[in-house]
Amino acid sequence: MALPQAKQDATEARLSAVTLPQGAGWLMQLREAAIARVREMGLPTARDEYWKFTKPDTLVQADAPEAALFDEGEAPIFDRIDRLKVVFVDGVFDAEASDDLSLEGLSIERLSDVAQADIHWAKELYGSLEERGQDPVHRPLAALNTALAEDGVVIHVTGKVSKPVNLIYHHKSTSSDAILHHVIKLDAGADLTVLENGPAAARFNKVMEVDVADGAAFHHVRTQGRDHERRAATHIFARVGKESAFKTFTLTANGVLTRNECVVEMVGDNGVAHVAGACVGDGDFHHDDTVFVTHDAQNCESRQVFKKVLRNGAKGIFQGKILVKPDAQKTDGYQISQSLLLDGDSEFNAKPELEIYADDVACSHGSTSGAIDEDALYYLRARGVPKAIATDMLTLSFLAEAVEEIENEGLRDEITERLEGWLERRRG
Amino acid sequence: MLEIKNLHVDLEEEEKTILKGVDLTVEAGKVHAIMGPNGSGKSTLSYVLSGRDGYEVTEGSATLEGEDILEMEPEERAAAGLFLAFQYPVEIPGVGNMTFMRTALNAQRKARGEEEMSAADFLKLVREKAATLKMSNDMLKRPVNVGFSGGEKKRNEILQMAVLEPKMCILDETDSGLDVDAMKLVSEGVNALRDEGRGFLVITHYQRLLDHIKPDVVHIMADGKIIKTGGPELALEVEKNGYTDLLGEVA
Repeated sequence: MALPQAKQDATEARLSAVTLPQGAGWLMQLREAAIARVREMGLPTARDEYWKFTKPDTLVQADAPEAALFDEGEAPIFDRIDRLKVVFVDGVFDAEASDDLSLEGLSIERLSDVAQADIHWAKELYGSLEERGQDPVHRPLAALNTALAEDGVVIHVTGKVSKPVNLIYHHKSTSSDAILHHVIKLDAGADLTVLENGPAAARFNKVMEVDVADGAAFHHVRTQGRDHERRAATHIFARVGKESAFKTFTLTANGVLTRNECVVEMVGDNGVAHVAGACVGDGDFHHDDTVFVTHDAQNCESRQVFKKVLRNGAKGIFQGKILVKPDAQKTDGYQISQSLLLDGDSEFNAKPELEIYADDVACSHGSTSGAIDEDALYYLRARGVPKAIATDMLTLSFLAEAVEEIENEGLRDEITERLEGWLERRRG
Repeated sequence: MLEIKNLHVDLEEEEKTILKGVDLTVEAGKVHAIMGPNGSGKSTLSYVLSGRDGYEVTEGSATLEGEDILEMEPEERAAAGLFLAFQYPVEIPGVGNMTFMRTALNAQRKARGEEEMSAADFLKLVREKAATLKMSNDMLKRPVNVGFSGGEKKRNEILQMAVLEPKMCILDETDSGLDVDAMKLVSEGVNALRDEGRGFLVITHYQRLLDHIKPDVVHIMADGKIIKTGGPELALEVEKNGYTDLLGEVA
């Protein structure tokens, strides 16, 4: 179907401003195919159904809007965790700040190095899950990423890895426009945890493709911090094999525009996929979680758990879908999205969707929006807890259901501590 | 200890007067009971005293050790020594019972200019008090009142009272929803707290709680007023003849 003229013009205008990064033949082919996908789909506009609640213009336009640098006075999260650090500054790998990239059970390479190799295993994966994820809903910013990303990590996990890989981002230029593309392949029985944190750039377009083979486990915990003026469009594409697990959690605090998409395809029986997020927004804050989980195998379990705390006119969006294909019998699907509106100015929009073609499934979903429970607040105050602290306690308890999706207790505590800090700094 | 004078209270949301001139003084070391039919204003009195939203005091006063409590925030009343054991304790998912009690205790201590209690001392204190109320470790760890039976919720109220050591305790229908064994446990918990320096106001519909918590003074409340005051024998009279006779007698 031909694109509307306005969309086609906007897309061509944007593409005319880009040049494909150079690389080996296999990668150039993939980049060109991705550009072709972008042309075919067109870049998002405010009129697209999938962008009804989030204006894509600043994510699409040629130049990144400026974003003030964020004072990193506070010690970065995960500092107390034993992990392998991989550092990017404004979207460029920083070898000096990173650890030696060797760890038993995996190999890590830079995308920019891989791009020069004549032949590489990543050829089979780079852009392939992104391409699969374009159907039935287009995600053109992810295809644009596949075409343009010059850096990122390419990780092959062959066994159980003893400590997490921590992708750490730094934002040092007010006009940086970072595009990173990570590819992670887990072999059968492999096990890896990836952590991500730090302000990445003024504008950040990131794709992470994760292929979880049979019996493997992938855990992901990410924080998007207090770099308030950031604009980010991130995508996770995961393919989950037989008896394997994929679990991702994101904490988002502040940010004028964040769109996190997570696209999960369950292709092997007895798999588990958990996608969770807690977000806290104050003032000029816009956060969009867009999730799509496809069940294409039997007896799989998926959970989507999203909690948003919004105040002073902050805006939260949740678009979540569970698609159960005809043969995906015994699917157990769960989806909950809830917002806690701390005042009358804040806003939450939710679009929960279930599309089920199998007949023997258990799927449930719910979405609520509400204020602090007055009875609980009175109860706490009647015991002597001051109103501001009582409000924070109830806010944390509201977020807890999402935070509890993180399996590792140490990581869970780190996240809770950050949330407490965020609330404390705002205590009236 | 607690002095209530000519207290008139309206509902904020609608044009309705609930309390129509309550006069009541609870002395330190004494247990006063308020009995009365449904809708007489007993629970409203407990809410107004503890500072719940939705009520407007149109006349009269309430003081705790001479201090006007009606002007205070609920948490200030708690720090001043007022405690309400709720008729319907609230479930708070996600907030651990221990965390809740420790936060409350230390907030009260801080408000009074006292040192906060250490985690270790607190743990010792709670374990000791919980044992006498036959509360398991699991109940202490669980989120506040979540998954508690009616009796467990009431025991949890008494545990909080024991830990916070208030000067003035108001018990709102603490007997409702309790079986005989639970009532005994709860009453023993309350009796253990009876002290020369502490006042109690026990609100109840039935006399049976007063078999376990023996009152010094019994008040009968009807239509927003105390209509009769007497000794423990007044409660027995209610038990025997119901409220109808008493109400008729006054009218």
